[in-house]
Amino acid sequence: MTGPLTDLRVIEYCDEAGAWAGKLFADMGADVVKVEPPGGSRVRGYPPFLSDEPHPDRSLAFWHNNTSKRAITLDFEQEAGRALFRRLAADAAIVLEDQPPGRMAELGLDYPDLSKSNPGLIMVSITPYGRSGPKSDWVATDLTVLAGGPEWSNGYDDHSLPPVRGLGNQGYQTACHWAVAATLVAVLHRDWTGEGQHVDVNMHAGANVTTEASSYTWLVARQTVQRQTGRHATVVPSSPLQILAKDGRYVTTGVAPRRPREIASILAWLDELALREAFTDWPLLEAGANLDHNITIAAVAEGGEEAAIYGAVRDALNFIAERIDSYDFFVGTQSRGFQCGIIYSPDEVFEDPHFVARGFQVPVHHPELGQTFRYPGAPYGFAASPWAISRRPPLIGEHTAEVLLEAGLTPGELERLRTDGVV
Amino acid sequence: MKALDRIRITDFSGVLAGAGASKILAAFGAEVIRVENPSNLGAWDVVRGSPPYIDERRGHNLGGGFNNHNAGKLGITLNLQTEKGRELLPRLVAISDVVAENFAAGVMDRLGFGYERLRAIKPDIIYLSNCGFGASGPYVSYKTWGPIVQAVSGLTHISGLPGQPPAGWGYSYMDHTGAYYGAIAMLAALHHRHRTGEGQWIDLSMTEAAATLTGTTILDWTVNGRPARREGYPDANHSDSPAMAPHGIYPALREDHWVAIACRDDADWQAIAEEIAELWVRDDRFATLEGRLANQAALDDLLSRWTRLFDEDEVAERLQAAGVPAAPVQRPEQRIDQDPNTEAWGLWPEVNHTEMGRVRVEGMAAHLSKTDWSLDLPAPCLGEHNREVYGGLLGISDAEIEQLEAEGVI
Repeated sequence: MTGPLTDLRVIEYCDEAGAWAGKLFADMGADVVKVEPPGGSRVRGYPPFLSDEPHPDRSLAFWHNNTSKRAITLDFEQEAGRALFRRLAADAAIVLEDQPPGRMAELGLDYPDLSKSNPGLIMVSITPYGRSGPKSDWVATDLTVLAGGPEWSNGYDDHSLPPVRGLGNQGYQTACHWAVAATLVAVLHRDWTGEGQHVDVNMHAGANVTTEASSYTWLVARQTVQRQTGRHATVVPSSPLQILAKDGRYVTTGVAPRRPREIASILAWLDELALREAFTDWPLLEAGANLDHNITIAAVAEGGEEAAIYGAVRDALNFIAERIDSYDFFVGTQSRGFQCGIIYSPDEVFEDPHFVARGFQVPVHHPELGQTFRYPGAPYGFAASPWAISRRPPLIGEHTAEVLLEAGLTPGELERLRTDGVV
Repeated sequence: MKALDRIRITDFSGVLAGAGASKILAAFGAEVIRVENPSNLGAWDVVRGSPPYIDERRGHNLGGGFNNHNAGKLGITLNLQTEKGRELLPRLVAISDVVAENFAAGVMDRLGFGYERLRAIKPDIIYLSNCGFGASGPYVSYKTWGPIVQAVSGLTHISGLPGQPPAGWGYSYMDHTGAYYGAIAMLAALHHRHRTGEGQWIDLSMTEAAATLTGTTILDWTVNGRPARREGYPDANHSDSPAMAPHGIYPALREDHWVAIACRDDADWQAIAEEIAELWVRDDRFATLEGRLANQAALDDLLSRWTRLFDEDEVAERLQAAGVPAAPVQRPEQRIDQDPNTEAWGLWPEVNHTEMGRVRVEGMAAHLSKTDWSLDLPAPCLGEHNREVYGGLLGISDAEIEQLEAEGVI
């Protein structure tokens, strides 16, 4: 194992909402033992599946969330199963769970129960609305979590169309990012003092503080941003940024440049493409190229001639975008120093030469299938303690015997637990 | 006592993707010293003086977003283009645990303070560099902000309705998430240092961090060869993993008010049907998940006719009472000023900014039972803590500080 967290044992009891946090710990080297009910986490039943064949060990949604972990099954309906969980928690640094509020207490597995024999334990609870508070009994999915934050900002200029949820369980994943960050704060406190504690992660709060200007425009100015197609929700409508390039892919022209020499280079690009005359506002670009200072965001907001120049710069980029291929526009703008982007699909970015060159494609061997698949790579590059996928996602109960024997059970005890259906 | 009391960060990182990371550490007690260039009044951080504003005043200390992203930090000025500035920075690095920045790739090297130099000053330093495409590769010189990261990484593409262009994200999702990854990386590296004594460099690429967030879609490509650029995809308000129907954002009584509803299984559907209590809910087409998926357009249309009769809060409360996931699509004022749950959480703490006065900022989405966060300080005005840091921490006399100010070093 490599990674900055190789000394940490994490016991994970998570389904769809919290498993991503376990993956982040595991890929940073923690020994994450995923505890599933008999039959496995319900995420094992989520499509898509390898070769579209439904099977608990073939769910790609499960694969995405569970690299580098070991997995055991425990029947929580039986006291013996709960006792085993307590035994595992007694030796763990972290217990990570995403059960409904109250469920762990019902099972006798809440923080007060588990910390008695392990005062250094950090327990992390991820719930839709926090463990207390007026809505703590509300149920949620990713869609309804995001409704409490960013969904208001996502969608189209046409407000007869509903707000849009971005795909990929980003509401859950955001909660997991908060869970991992807050847990690591608790890990450092434990490093220095030996003291454990309970971390209460609130998905709705996570969605609330992950909306950028939507929150702080209200907090500061009591104004409401409005959703727009493919660009920031704003109080005052802004110009479209998303342009259909010649090859049928979209590009986004982002924040137009505000420096005179950059404006000059757009003029030069129009000349290279023999498009200057076709772009009727080129005199404004010339005026911008001759400014002796950068146009400021404040000047743009105030209106006036510099705002007009800035508008022409934006229009010129859009004008070029419509007339060349998306990748040429992306590379053409970026190589001139402009922050523009190609709107790739997830598979297209995965095959992009930059991502390939940086090792983002990580081969992961699945021995039982005799196949190796490419997985998305590291979100961060730790130079001294490298991120790594240390093993493919676990099969159901794959490590039950291994983990329980490590915990000190005898083979005979294990056999009895199997017979009783506890594991 | 706060958890990170003993940690000090020399922090060049700004905007949100950088500043959002060190804000988290500051809230949990780290001493974060934001370092800004006095020669351009900190203008590198484009939100420093940008809207929203608290009143009609304008200026580099009055940006509302800046205050939100930098609450809890100290602020100093330092001009690294000057000889004396380049002499001062090592003294600060020598007493820091972390140096963080989100300049374009290579900027710190050109300033003479790349990782090797920082390590020579402080052998166990943790150095977080955060930029759009990371520190190597063909696009190393390319620049980004949130929407560009989201576009290139595949996130923009997967947020949209069938037959429509990408809706994208309406905000810099990746500035937030990049900040979360930056915070995670700094904290994990601090733990590694505690255990091994070893510091390290962290190369954080926003576009890679973003591309990890669409893993299931990427695996559908690498494993099954199914591209995400295909007819009918994305269909972002519906759910195919797991398959759920009805699942979407439905209109409420008032114009442009909406409610999100997710029917997880047949039991949820029975509960919804009982709540609606109209004849159409008994239609055999809708009795099973397969039927509801096959007739999703008709189902959405009929459900919309019902949701349109009520306020979004009423729909959500009724369905929640029946055990079904539903929530109003909250406008900012609804979730900030009218939601008892965010209030009970203490999600919007108030700080007292030196020039802006009392302003609320975003808090943290996790509470720790023993060493919780708080945000007691506002964002610093430019150079607000020069005396405290240069005098108090580095022992530089007031006269010298005045001299440094006069020379434009700080």
